Amino acid sequence: MLKDITLGQYYPEDSPVHKLDPRTKLVITFIYIIIIFFVRYYTGYLFILAFLLYTIYLSKIPIKYVIKGLRPLLFIIILTFILNIFFTSGDTVIFKVWRIVVTKEGLRQATFMALRLIFLVSGTSVMTLTTSPIALTDGIELLLKPLKVIKFPAHELAMMMTIALRFIPTLLEETDKIMKAQKARGADFESGNLLQRAKSLVPLLVPLFISAFRRADELAMAMEARCYRGGQGRTRMKILTVEGRDYLAYAVTMLMVTAILLNSYL
Amino acid sequence: MPVKIEQLTHTYMKGSPFEATAIRDINLEIDDGEFIGLIGHTGSGKSTLIQHLNGLLLPTSGSLYVNDIKIDKDSKKLNALRQQVGLVFQYPEHQLFEETVYQDIAFGPKNLGLSEEEIDKRVQESATLVGLDLNELNDRSPFELSGGQRRRTAIAGVLAMEPKILVLDEPTAGLDPMGRDEIFSQIKDLHRKKNITIILVSHSMEDIAKLVGRIIVMNKGTVELTGKPGEIFAHADRLKEMGLGVPQVTGLMQALKVKGMDVPDDIYTLEQAKAVLTKILRGTGHA
Repeated sequence: MLKDITLGQYYPEDSPVHKLDPRTKLVITFIYIIIIFFVRYYTGYLFILAFLLYTIYLSKIPIKYVIKGLRPLLFIIILTFILNIFFTSGDTVIFKVWRIVVTKEGLRQATFMALRLIFLVSGTSVMTLTTSPIALTDGIELLLKPLKVIKFPAHELAMMMTIALRFIPTLLEETDKIMKAQKARGADFESGNLLQRAKSLVPLLVPLFISAFRRADELAMAMEARCYRGGQGRTRMKILTVEGRDYLAYAVTMLMVTAILLNSYL
Repeated sequence: MPVKIEQLTHTYMKGSPFEATAIRDINLEIDDGEFIGLIGHTGSGKSTLIQHLNGLLLPTSGSLYVNDIKIDKDSKKLNALRQQVGLVFQYPEHQLFEETVYQDIAFGPKNLGLSEEEIDKRVQESATLVGLDLNELNDRSPFELSGGQRRRTAIAGVLAMEPKILVLDEPTAGLDPMGRDEIFSQIKDLHRKKNITIILVSHSMEDIAKLVGRIIVMNKGTVELTGKPGEIFAHADRLKEMGLGVPQVTGLMQALKVKGMDVPDDIYTLEQAKAVLTKILRGTGHA
C-alpha cells in the first residue's frame, strides 16, 4: 500500500541513461527545468517532448511507469489548470456564466501551465528513476564541493541525504509491521471522523518514533566505531569520471536549448 | 473444522515488476486445541501464511476458514476474526506505546468495546499468565522495563483479547536462555490451562521438539511435510536439503544408527534417548 508510490523510485535497468555520470544528469535536469520556463509557444514544447521521449526511450523505462508517477500530482495539475482559466484576463470571450468569464487567452494559458507542470515533473522523475539514490547524493556532494570556500557543509549535507534515503524503505517496512501488530490488537486506522483518525495514529506513531531514534542512535554508534570523522580526507571507492557519453548528453541538451531559444525569441 | 486452508496462494505486489509469490496452493487443517510447530527456512512463507490467519493479508486466490469465518480476497469486516486469532509478531515489544504497562495491555480489550470491569479482569488475568507482577509494574512505563518484561507485556496485550487461536512468531528471538525458557514454559502452561490452539513459529528444533504435538514444515512457499515430531525428524536428509536441521539428540541417534547400532531414528527428546540407550547398554552388559 505504502510501497505503491513510484514517483522518484529508482528503476534498475542497464541503459546508457543509467550509466551517465550523476553530475551530468543533475546539471542536465537543472538546465531542463530552467529552459521549460523559457518556452513561449506550443511549438517549443515539441522540442521538450522530443527530448523527454528520447531520454525515456534510451533509459528503457516503460513509459507507463513514468505516467503512473504523475498520478499523485494530478490534483495540483488540475487545480492549476482551473485557476488559470478563471484568473487570466483576455478579450476573446468564449462563454460567460454569471461573473465567470472564460476567454481564449485563459484557456491557452491554463493548458500552457498544465503542460509546463507535467513536463517538469516527468522530466525530474526520469532523473530519479534512472539514478540510484547513492549515486545522486555523490553527484550532489561533488557539485557542491566548490562551495566549501564559503564554509558550505557539502559532505555533511550529502551524508544526511544518503542516510535519510537509506532509511525510507526501512521506516516504511517498520510502519507496515507496527500497523499490522496494532490491527491484530483490534486497532482501527480506517474509519471514524478526522479527530478519531488522528487519535488512532498514536499507537502507530509512538513506536515508530521510538524505533527511529533507536536506529539513529545505533547508526551513529556504528559510524563512530568505524572512525567516521566527516568528509576531511575521506576517499571514495567509486570515483566518478566524465566520459564520452556525458559529452554527448550535453551536446543533445544544448541542441534542445538552442532550438527552444530560437523558437521563442527569434 | 476450526482452521481449514484451501488452495491458499498469496502474491505480493501483483502486476508490478517486483511481483513475488510468497505461498502457493497451501492446504492445511488444524484442530481445536492443537499445539503446532511451524518451521521453515527464511523466506519459506511462514510469516505470510500466519498473517492470513487473522486477515492482515488477504489471499490472492484460494480461501481459509477460521471457526466458520470465511476469508478470501474480498473479505471485509475482520474484527470478529481478529478477536478469535491472536497474533504475536517477532519482537512484539516494538509495538508498545502506552504510558503504563496496564494501559498497554488494556489496549486490545478496549478496542473490543468491553466494560471497565471486564477489561480489568482480562488485564489481570493475562498479566498473570505471562508472569508479570502487576502490583509492581502497573503504573510503570513499558519503556523502562527489561527486555524480557517488555516482551511479556506485549504478549499479555495479545492474550488480553482472549483469542481461541494464538500464533507466535519467534517469540523468544533475542532473549537470553533464561528468558527463553520462561516464555516457553508459560506458553506450555497457557496451552494446558486454557486449551487454546497454539501455532508456534520457530527456528529452533530443540524448542519445537520439546513443546509441540504436530509440526508443519514449509519450504519455498509450499507445505513440505506435516506430522508428529518423531515422524518429521526421521526425514533428516530432506530437512537438511531445506536448510533445516534436527534436534541434537535426534542427530546423535541417527549417527549411532549409521554406525550399526539398533536404535530408532525418530527420537527427539533426552528422555526417549536415555530409555533406549540404557536398554541397549544393559542388554549388551548381560549378554
